[in-house]
Amino acid sequence: MKSNKVVNKTIYYIVVAAIVIVFIYPFWWMVTNSLNSINEIFSKPSLLPKSWMWHNYIEIFQVQPFARHYLNTLAVALLGTLGNVFISALSGYAFARLRFPGRSGLFILLLTALMMPIEVTIVPMYFMMNSIGANDTLVPLILIPVFCSQGAFSAFMLRQHFITVPKELEEAARLDGLRPAGIFFRIMLPISVPVLSSAAILAFLSVWNMYLEPLVFVSSLDKFTLPLSLSNFNDTYGLPQWNLQLAATTLSVIPVMIFYLIFQNKISDAMVSSGMK
Amino acid sequence: MLKKQSKLARGEAVTGYLFILPQMLGFIILVLVPLVMVFVYSFESRNLLFGNLGFTGLDNYKTLVEDDLFFITLKNTIIFSLGVVPLNLVLSLALALYLGANAAGAKVVRSVIFLPVITSGVAWAIVFKYLFQGGEAGPINYILSFIGIEGPNWLHEKGWAMFAVVISRVLKNLGMNVLIFMGAVMNLPQDVLEAGRIDGATKPVLFWKIKLPLLMPSILMVMIVTVIGSMRVFDTIKLMTDGGPEGSTMVLVYYIYHQAFRTFNIGYASSVAVVLFLIVLGLTIIQWSLRKRASYYEE
Repeated sequence: MKSNKVVNKTIYYIVVAAIVIVFIYPFWWMVTNSLNSINEIFSKPSLLPKSWMWHNYIEIFQVQPFARHYLNTLAVALLGTLGNVFISALSGYAFARLRFPGRSGLFILLLTALMMPIEVTIVPMYFMMNSIGANDTLVPLILIPVFCSQGAFSAFMLRQHFITVPKELEEAARLDGLRPAGIFFRIMLPISVPVLSSAAILAFLSVWNMYLEPLVFVSSLDKFTLPLSLSNFNDTYGLPQWNLQLAATTLSVIPVMIFYLIFQNKISDAMVSSGMK
Repeated sequence: MLKKQSKLARGEAVTGYLFILPQMLGFIILVLVPLVMVFVYSFESRNLLFGNLGFTGLDNYKTLVEDDLFFITLKNTIIFSLGVVPLNLVLSLALALYLGANAAGAKVVRSVIFLPVITSGVAWAIVFKYLFQGGEAGPINYILSFIGIEGPNWLHEKGWAMFAVVISRVLKNLGMNVLIFMGAVMNLPQDVLEAGRIDGATKPVLFWKIKLPLLMPSILMVMIVTVIGSMRVFDTIKLMTDGGPEGSTMVLVYYIYHQAFRTFNIGYASSVAVVLFLIVLGLTIIQWSLRKRASYYEE
């Protein structure tokens, strides 16, 4: 009986180790091969870089405006996140706490955005953006996370949160002479920072990782965001520069990883709640 | 007094409308209007370069039902889904149940398995394109060679290419479902499980007769969310196989993108988009009715 327990425990740790290896290996492979030459990538795999070509990390900034792409992505992600959180906090609070005719109907209408795949609406959106001259700018990439499904999701999440805030808090503020707008800005927003930051994390990740939208709306090289940039490492003959692609991919993944390692539980909890939507 | 009350209420209503205005306006312009327009476009002969060439009624849909490539695309999407969904569900449920929610190993697995979930689909697809290289240079083939298997040239052979994209997709999203199931397992009513154990239920009985039925609502929810996600796959395919070889990994969204922005058939692409919309709508209606029933049980 006792040896049975030992066997079970051993199997348990073997399973855990196997999972860790399977999920860490792709990242390990990415980082180590970003320091190889192209030929080395296509020779027998090894666990460590063969020639430690740190030069790859300089070259990615030379073959295309990679720094610009990085800044574009940061700008889009920050603006998209700010807009998303602010606008959905306003509507989430109104839908949770302010009484006005048509409230629940309008909220249900807004929820239909949750299920609307951007892949369905992106074709007409291309024409709309074209008609206001927003194609080949970063504007659509900021508007989409603010107002499409990610925006509706934040509104939903924040409404759920505002519903749980004790009513006494508002009563007290009202007696102090605060109007609804004052209550929202002076009391509700400050006490909601944890939930707001969860919504912000989700919005930020979704913008940082979006691919189809920039592929459709952006065409000039200086407007690229990271996902487009990564798939664009070709030499003058159009042949892919694998090692540079991997170096750039590493640089795009690392900040998100660090961010995740710091706020692990918060991020995974927020993602899981959005996965259940 | 009453007058003051109603004035206050009116003030509150005005503030309410003002607060929801930006969100609702954006929603109407960027979600509702494009949705209506995609239906309108699907009845037009519309071209990316030449604009609207006129109302053509059901012509696009007639083309659709005669378009072999569309049906291949639809079939590929379903094959992809049939690969991803069962594999993902079985693996994630098994891991969640086996690892338990609190054990030390589970903590490690939780953090590691979630790394791909937050990584961009593009980065993940790029790395897996390399991992699935043909010949000995491909790490996956290299590992297979140790057990005497000569791996195929994954992404360039029909059949294997689909297999490779399914695997990379499952590994990318598995963590999400593992975490959801870990939560569900943790919320299982301990008294019921205890009662089962006291009555002498063996482990398999405990699983099939008690745990699985209790977990069913979560499993169904996760299943539908995973199906919807797999219907919308794009970046994995675009970057790993670009729809090939010979269109064997061409999926619905890829086809919409291809028709609209590569061959400029906006009208036709819109009719494919309408099909995708109807599929997602159907799945969402099932999801919502399941959720309603689930919350009914909870009460």
